[in-house]
Amino acid sequence: MIPNTFEYHRPKTIPDALAVLTQHGDEARVIAGGHSLIPVMKQRLTDIAHLVDLQDIADLRGISVGDTIRIGAMTTQHALITHAGLSAAVPLLAEAALQIADPQVRYLGTIGGNVANGDPGNDMPGLMMCLDAAFVLSGPTGTRTIAARDFYFGAYSTERAEDEILVAIEMPRPSGGYAYEKQKRKIGDYATAAAAVQMTAVAGRVATASVAMTNLSDVPVWSAAAGAALVGTDCGPVAVNAAVAAMLEDINPGADNRGPVEFKRHVAGVVLGRAIARAFSRL
Amino acid sequence: MNDLSHDQRVAGLKGLGSSRKRVEDARFTQGKGNYVDDIKMPDMLFGDFVRSQYAHARIRSVDTSKAVALPGVIAVLQAADLAPLGLHWMPTLAGDKQMVLADGKVLFQGQEIAFVIAEDRYICADAIELIEVEYEELPVVVDPFKALQPGAPVLREDLAGQTKGAHGERIHHNHIFRWEVGDKEGTEAVVAGADVVAEEMVYYHRTHPCPLETCGCVASMDKINGKLTLWGTFQAPHVVRTVASLLSGIPESSIRVVSPDIGGGFGNKVGVYPGYVCAIVASIVTGRPVKWIEDRMDNLMATAFARDYWMQGKIAATAEGKITGLWCHVTADHGAFDACADPTKFPAGFFSICTGSYDIPVAYVGVDGVYTNKAPGGVAYRCSFRVTEAAYFIERMIEVLAIKLGMDSAELRRINFIRKEQFPYQSALGWEYDSGDYHTAWDKALNAVGYDALRAEQAQRVADFKAGKTRSLMGIGLSFFTEIVGAGPVKNCDILGMGMFDSCEIRIHPTGSALARLGTISQGQGHATTFAQILATETGIPADQITIEEGDTDTAPYGLGTYGSRSTPVAGAATAMAGRKIRAKAQMIAAYLLEVHDNDLEWDVDRFVVKGVPERFKTMKEIAYAAYNQAIPGLEPGLEAVSYYDPPNMTYPFGAYICVMDIDADTGVADIRSFYALDDCGTRINPMIIEGQVHGGATEAFAIAMGQEIAYDEMGNCMTGTLMDFFLPTAWETPHYTTDFTETPSPHHPIGAKGVGESPNVGGVPAFSNAVHDAFRPFGLTQSHMPHDHWRIWRIANQLGLHG
Amino acid sequence: MSKMHLKLKVNGKSVETLCEPRELLIHVLRERLNLTGPHIGCETSHCGACTVDMNGMSVKSCTVFAAQVQGAEITTIEGLAGPDGMGVLQTSFREHHGLQCGYCTPGMITRAHRLLQENPNPTEEEVRFGMAGNLCRCTGYQNIVKAILHAASELNASKEAAQ
Repeated sequence: MIPNTFEYHRPKTIPDALAVLTQHGDEARVIAGGHSLIPVMKQRLTDIAHLVDLQDIADLRGISVGDTIRIGAMTTQHALITHAGLSAAVPLLAEAALQIADPQVRYLGTIGGNVANGDPGNDMPGLMMCLDAAFVLSGPTGTRTIAARDFYFGAYSTERAEDEILVAIEMPRPSGGYAYEKQKRKIGDYATAAAAVQMTAVAGRVATASVAMTNLSDVPVWSAAAGAALVGTDCGPVAVNAAVAAMLEDINPGADNRGPVEFKRHVAGVVLGRAIARAFSRL
Repeated sequence: MNDLSHDQRVAGLKGLGSSRKRVEDARFTQGKGNYVDDIKMPDMLFGDFVRSQYAHARIRSVDTSKAVALPGVIAVLQAADLAPLGLHWMPTLAGDKQMVLADGKVLFQGQEIAFVIAEDRYICADAIELIEVEYEELPVVVDPFKALQPGAPVLREDLAGQTKGAHGERIHHNHIFRWEVGDKEGTEAVVAGADVVAEEMVYYHRTHPCPLETCGCVASMDKINGKLTLWGTFQAPHVVRTVASLLSGIPESSIRVVSPDIGGGFGNKVGVYPGYVCAIVASIVTGRPVKWIEDRMDNLMATAFARDYWMQGKIAATAEGKITGLWCHVTADHGAFDACADPTKFPAGFFSICTGSYDIPVAYVGVDGVYTNKAPGGVAYRCSFRVTEAAYFIERMIEVLAIKLGMDSAELRRINFIRKEQFPYQSALGWEYDSGDYHTAWDKALNAVGYDALRAEQAQRVADFKAGKTRSLMGIGLSFFTEIVGAGPVKNCDILGMGMFDSCEIRIHPTGSALARLGTISQGQGHATTFAQILATETGIPADQITIEEGDTDTAPYGLGTYGSRSTPVAGAATAMAGRKIRAKAQMIAAYLLEVHDNDLEWDVDRFVVKGVPERFKTMKEIAYAAYNQAIPGLEPGLEAVSYYDPPNMTYPFGAYICVMDIDADTGVADIRSFYALDDCGTRINPMIIEGQVHGGATEAFAIAMGQEIAYDEMGNCMTGTLMDFFLPTAWETPHYTTDFTETPSPHHPIGAKGVGESPNVGGVPAFSNAVHDAFRPFGLTQSHMPHDHWRIWRIANQLGLHG
Repeated sequence: MSKMHLKLKVNGKSVETLCEPRELLIHVLRERLNLTGPHIGCETSHCGACTVDMNGMSVKSCTVFAAQVQGAEITTIEGLAGPDGMGVLQTSFREHHGLQCGYCTPGMITRAHRLLQENPNPTEEEVRFGMAGNLCRCTGYQNIVKAILHAASELNASKEAAQ
């Protein structure tokens, strides 16, 4: 497995990176941690003439935690897990990041790469939808912000234009209970099914609930109806069943080596039920 | 040394029974191993394959013009280039032949079409992408039952009209052989008249040994002296030399085959692959060394797979549970070429050990080998020639029978075990089991795990499940296996005509240290450590002063290599026998030095002592010096010995494994709570290494039973070409093991050792699989095929109506 | 193909080599710098046989381009122990039979080294989770875990003794 040749660029600033993208159009691709892109390049499933490495761009790094959380796109999974302030503010992130790949991959794999490449197997996109994060994109005409829930069209197809770079992720500081429940065959595998839940409660009743599912469609799925089914309830069996039923309306899994559609739909319901229970227990 | 006590001298040898630390580890832990891809030679080229995208297609054309024009590309070989040398096809170990490069058509996805030779692996990869192959797709058969239907596509056009194969009659154009053992009529009569008959199809799915290091080689033809040197991942370097000589016409004396350090084999590195042949030809053509290293996808898609046996069984018993007969028919999917690695006369290996550990009066086995559009292979993956399939079959059939009888399967096993006093035991299918004490081992195992308490806990769990208090089920997986290893007696075991003996050559140096060379080759088993231990006990030379060398055909004596747990039973025996020759000569030297008759001496750990006069002795160190330093009347100088050992029989290690698992009925996730492994491998040479072998083999069993497979879709596309999908468990998923042992020496092996490397895989797979089955037995499950990954376990629960 | 001038610090020494940007770090180390300790196992970043330490992180060098590591500090198995070769981890792997064929061992030890830097007192569970990026086909991991836990206590004991 040997990659094809490419011209390598390592810009120091976002404008420099954008200039390379503008110049080379669809022949150029940005690389962050590379752990999705490089295996694909090694199998020659994609041809990239110009590789734009973002590692030297200081503006793509950094985590700031306030009422709004801002995470630089080049922040690694390892950094997400070990950043004390972030773990306290958004514990769901670390819980999920620990279930991504393995230690070596987490040292290099970035949140930006994970959300931007549009791989439906990635965990962060669903999580970002659950947390109602927004993606800050820089392009030749300026910067714009897109809600995660509006970002994904299909497998590897997103709102990001080819000449744009994801620079940061922003999200409101969440509160309440949370859980990321993932079933996988082994460490390093994508999810058979995974569910992210973040909820708040007032007087023992759910006030707000957000539910997102991973690897159960060609895009991550934020199920507004599933969340709505929980609001006002104490997450008893009836409410959970309603949320699961609503979620099952929103997903569309395909068969693969992990199993057939029927199995995935069943497991999706199970992991969501467990995620809801754990999130509720953490309220 | 003379001041040391007897026990201190024994301990100082680090001989048999010592958990000696491994001598290999210093280099491996420092990154100083020498594996084949570490070999670098001046002017070395790199070769790699264009492989078929299709499972069955005619090759219309191969356009190499763009590749050849790429700077750094030396040549591209195709079948037509090899044909004048007669090397476009090669013989397989199973009496079939296999395309080296596609000769008009391809028969499996990943098949080798052209071999690109370039200055380095980057240029080689670029060139491969530039080669355009025009295919004409042909209908694909991946199901061996469909392959045998009358109108099935013809896969092997080269065999058109041949009604006889290497193993007798072919009854269909996709049929390879029928092999039958035992008393068919007698068995069928018993089955027809039995109180109880359990019948089941048991499938052991296709998987792959997948050693962490893939296969590869470096071929270097020295045109000046006409000598070919071949370094590679060979589990049987001497056999490779013989094959290379037969294929190339170069005399064996001008071929040197070297197996350097090998990064795991597990059967994958027994076969001869097109890469080896092409690298040799490329080196001969270019006059430069050529390296070929397959990548992981190549390895999983094209080099030897294992298993893929459909085993239809009938087991007959009395109403009390005494087994009266066993009938089995196997449909064996061999893929596109019959490249199984078995002793020549055994096209289904030692599958006829499938009567297992039980005293079964009559039995029959028939095996039909079938061609399909899948990769060739059929190697023994941590297994002695289809013994894993046999053990899985009988251990499933025992469970199926227990269900039919309404009996506890631990008790069913107990009442059918071959009894201790029956050894040596003649099995209904023709094997002579050397020694065993199954009841003792079984009782020890059941007691160790607290079997009765586990069953009580399980009964409570079932009650709780039915009452809606839990969604978790509990399975207790029992397995009692008997292996047949150490192939084998030359009278009935050979590979390509080479009898399956093995060898050891020893030189004792004047100062009392030693060098021993063997015909085997370690792939992690620690031969350099353990063979020195055998020799230490036999010769009284401390193991730390004995160097073991293997794997270089220029220096090592001829041997058949390391697979099928044969190193200890065969080469280990050769080592002991050679050691005894050394000791016999040493006794004569000592007698001369001490001026007594040979018979007046007795051996004591590391010396010969004059009987009754303990202060008069000569140590082996002194004797070794004398062998080189004195003219001893009637004796040649020096102290060397060679032994070629032809074992009188196989050895029959056995063991009892018990797995306890908890299963989430809703997700199909299984948690291994405990795994207990009792092994009886006869005399234990190095307990530390034995335990390590058991951990490793049990982990491979865990992987195979719980998820590892080579899967194809209907188009013959291999769906499991990377380690994302081909299940190799990490430290996180892998269970914790408890090991135990009994010790029943082999009566015919010089030191009583039986071999252990493969036992945990042979016995482990049924233990894991039976645990899954056992969890669902109370709900009506009889049989469900492996691998038991999440969705297949979930499917069991779903089909049993456990999801409401 | 145009080559780049790659400068690295490898095992404490500054090294320079010419290579293509697309070359994988594992090939730079093995082919250009003759550091054949790290191995190639799966090529898709699953097995960890190619693990090296890069700027204080364990990384799979089969999934890193040469161009990306310009200026990096790399430690391979060859640079982990002192001149005598056998450090605490190496010795512990040997004492506890934490290796068989040896192919995964350099990656295992290199990863274990970083794990113990970050978590000097791991539990068995933490070791199993922290080592889950490295596959072994021979040992079943039990003795690897034992070796790492033992090495941790040795390293801690020598740290305490030094204080």
